[in-house]
Amino acid sequence: MRTTVSIVLLAVVILGFGLSLLDVPFAERKSQIGDYYIVNGRDQTGATNIVTSVVLDYRGFDTLGEITVLFVAALGLGAVMAAAGGRRERPSTTEPPSLVLRTGTNVLFPLLILFGVYIFVHGHLTPGGGFQGGAIIASAFLLVYLCCRERRINLARKTAADSLGGIVFVGLGLVGLAVGSRYFLSDFLPKGSLDTLFSAGMIPIIYIAIGIKVGAELAGVIDDLLEETE
Amino acid sequence: MTFLHNYIYYIGALGLVLIGLLIVLAKHNLIKVIIGLSILDTGINLFIIAVGYIREGTAPIFSEPGLEPGRMVDPVPQALVLTSIVIGVAILALALGLAVKLHKEYGHLDLRKIKELRW
Repeated sequence: MRTTVSIVLLAVVILGFGLSLLDVPFAERKSQIGDYYIVNGRDQTGATNIVTSVVLDYRGFDTLGEITVLFVAALGLGAVMAAAGGRRERPSTTEPPSLVLRTGTNVLFPLLILFGVYIFVHGHLTPGGGFQGGAIIASAFLLVYLCCRERRINLARKTAADSLGGIVFVGLGLVGLAVGSRYFLSDFLPKGSLDTLFSAGMIPIIYIAIGIKVGAELAGVIDDLLEETE
Repeated sequence: MTFLHNYIYYIGALGLVLIGLLIVLAKHNLIKVIIGLSILDTGINLFIIAVGYIREGTAPIFSEPGLEPGRMVDPVPQALVLTSIVIGVAILALALGLAVKLHKEYGHLDLRKIKELRW
């Protein structure tokens, strides 16, 4: 019964989706706004990576909403996990990690952090950015959890890093509102010379803030989820 | 054959969306439903990227001299997908957290036996 209803529903979805797609040509220019960004993006924002200039400059307010969603979801996960029983200490009966795993983690952890920082510092020049770099930093913490379950992230420092990222983002936006072109997140810093690390105004600073915030939040999510599995 | 050639990316993305929807609707295990949500998410992201594609296009990054703006793919869908991926991660984490709690409460994740979730 359930499967039949599902298949009928899917057939309707296929029909609707397919019929509307017939009018959308593949591999041709469809939007003029994309052309505008590509042609003018480098001069207006100073970022070599046009996707970054769209994410953080033209649609910067959108990105603020995006990290708010991530923040609320991490908060909700923490609330759900703490709802019954609260945080417990991990049982000490887990198997001790092998020498290979322990040594490998010690070697790889700083390199992973370095790689994550590299990704989000160069977000305006190369593919990557705050979200990707933050995910790599969180994966470094996941590696530590896989290796040594008695080690945990410092929750106070995690919260501090999380808040710092958010405050820098919103604070820069408000400063832009005060001294820049009179709108939220307007770029008031000098653009610098194209294609160098110190360019693109405040885009790298915001991406560093986002990287720290996302890294802290995803590490907190991993911590919350591992808390319950014993 | 031209139809396939012209629309293969749309067909693939649509296929992923449908597989995800079928899993969400027809499976009884909550973990499988969450996996279905994730596949659905991937299909939609792939679809948005495919809409912005341009034949023989390059990434919208001026990483080396000589790249013409006219041949770059549309950057707007890529920026939107960046948002979409992050939201997808948030949903996945929250759903997994709820699944952990449900498993603690009922001892299993069978949606047919969890009365409040039956349809």
